[in-house]
Amino acid sequence: MELLISLIVGVLTATGVYLTLRARTFPVVIGLTLLSYAVNIFLFAMGRLTIGMPAIIDPTAAGYADPLPQALVLTAIVIAFGMTAFVIVLALKAKGELGNDHVDGIERGKDEIVDQPQYKQEKEEAAQ
Amino acid sequence: MMQSIILPVLIPLVAGFLMLFARAGGLPLQRALNLLTTITLVVISVGLLMHAADGSYGVYTLGNWAAPFGIVLVLDRLSAMMVLLTMLLALGALWYAISTDIDRKGAHFHVLFQFQLLGLNGAFMTGDVFNLFVFFEILLIASYGLLLHGGGRERTKAGLHYVVINLIGSTLFLFAVGALYGALGTLNIADMAAKVAVAPEERHGLIAAAGLLLLIVFGVKAAMFPLYLWLPAAYSQTSAPVAAFFAIMTKVGIYAIIRVHGTVFGEAQNALTSLAAPWLLIAGIVTMILAALGVMSARNMRVQIAYLVLASIGTLLIALGLNSREALSGALYYLIHSTVVAAGLFLLADLIARGRGRVGDRFHPGPPMPGAILLGSVMFFAAVAVAGMPPLSGFIGKTMILHAALEGPLTAVVYGVMLGSGFIIIVALARSGSMLFYRTIDSQEMEGDPVNKRALVAVLGLLAISPLMVLFAHPLGQFTEAMATQLFETTGYINAVLTTPTVGGAE
Repeated sequence: MELLISLIVGVLTATGVYLTLRARTFPVVIGLTLLSYAVNIFLFAMGRLTIGMPAIIDPTAAGYADPLPQALVLTAIVIAFGMTAFVIVLALKAKGELGNDHVDGIERGKDEIVDQPQYKQEKEEAAQ
Repeated sequence: MMQSIILPVLIPLVAGFLMLFARAGGLPLQRALNLLTTITLVVISVGLLMHAADGSYGVYTLGNWAAPFGIVLVLDRLSAMMVLLTMLLALGALWYAISTDIDRKGAHFHVLFQFQLLGLNGAFMTGDVFNLFVFFEILLIASYGLLLHGGGRERTKAGLHYVVINLIGSTLFLFAVGALYGALGTLNIADMAAKVAVAPEERHGLIAAAGLLLLIVFGVKAAMFPLYLWLPAAYSQTSAPVAAFFAIMTKVGIYAIIRVHGTVFGEAQNALTSLAAPWLLIAGIVTMILAALGVMSARNMRVQIAYLVLASIGTLLIALGLNSREALSGALYYLIHSTVVAAGLFLLADLIARGRGRVGDRFHPGPPMPGAILLGSVMFFAAVAVAGMPPLSGFIGKTMILHAALEGPLTAVVYGVMLGSGFIIIVALARSGSMLFYRTIDSQEMEGDPVNKRALVAVLGLLAISPLMVLFAHPLGQFTEAMATQLFETTGYINAVLTTPTVGGAE
């Protein structure tokens, strides 16, 4: 179970970091969300992974599951949720005001628009 | 049990909600409420400082849960001083916002302002690392709103960068907190310090990694090299009172480094002792050099001031990196000075920009300015203070730090960097002063607004703290010395927090 959890945290973090480094706001927001998922699982695992243990100390049970990380994760989820909502609204506002969704709000480069059909056609026409 | 410790957190919370409902009563009601609340908080924070000045610890157990099981608020000299500094700054910024009608430009200025105070005061008083994270988030989300207050393309762009880097910072904070909890089994700062001192050797690597990860998080807040790139844009694009208020935001990072790293890794007598200090010294030196270059290359006054804020952070990081009682005392003196002077300068830059009409605060010859002699004198005064020239407070603070540097590591480098960058800053400020006030284009008409006298009161009020700090340099120096001593005696802090009985509990 430890291996599985650590793999999940690692993959989520790696994906999150990769997406956060993208130049468009949408992947950045997704990246931040994945990072917050990774940290939630990480926090959860920091209370040690146990199966079938009560969350309170019970003399008849063999041990207990640490309830504190669960409370921390709950707080972290709420905060991350609010922050994600805020950053989405801000990204939309930036798109509206700056005219594009680049994180630096710069103008589109010529090489960036070739993927879109109408520009592709224009470019081909220009090439002929 | 001193109940008043919770007031600096509780009052802004209640006032923030009240302000939301007061919107129906119009802006004048919100303004009156906000001023009243802020002045009340100033009075309370003076009272708390007087209580903490004798070196006692005020520990407030939230929900009457004894530490380390519950969250505690801890009042000592440092936290009381930071709360008072925040409140003075808030009063100045608020007065300026009201007298220039900047609060009219968006919907919830006063509400966000109070929530920002809630986050700041909470962060300065809490004795629990996870609670510190929560207060950081409160102050950050309020600061996002304040930063974007008024709107505009450039502001949105700077805001997006600021928000994203701080969200990444929050994620790293949680990773660090989680790792520390996993290694130590506690999140109470005092308890963590006690646990680090007796941590088994095989855990040292994990604890050190988590501690340095926390340093990165606080470095993002403090704008430490290489994490400062968000600062110049964010501070120069936002409205003047918000920028002035944000002068305390970078100091939150410095405070957190002093509190968490100073206490948690100060008590240990093992490989983890003062693990952040060498990193801080190097980061401070590089920050200082880059800040001086930024001051030199800035093309308008607000960007220049943002880099001056960065230079003050560099100075503070160097002082923390020296890791001695004397250096910390100097750093605390310099922290008060740099915060109020930077805030005063941001407000002054806005007044100058208003006076120059279309040219604004760009370093470009502009039309003659109404009240140029008055504003020019204030600018000269502020520039002397911020550059660290005698006779104002910046000089005393820097002298204290440089004197401490004689005993520390890398003495020659620290002297070279601090004096060299000080010189560059003086040259750059002289150049910008002459560009703003002497190089006027030949025109009889003045384009700009006349000096807003009411707003000038806020600028003068904040800047007046600098000569006061010189007049009372001896008692203040003694106070910062006592503060530094208290911070180095981590045993007192740990005992105070961990032995506080609960009210009516069977202790």
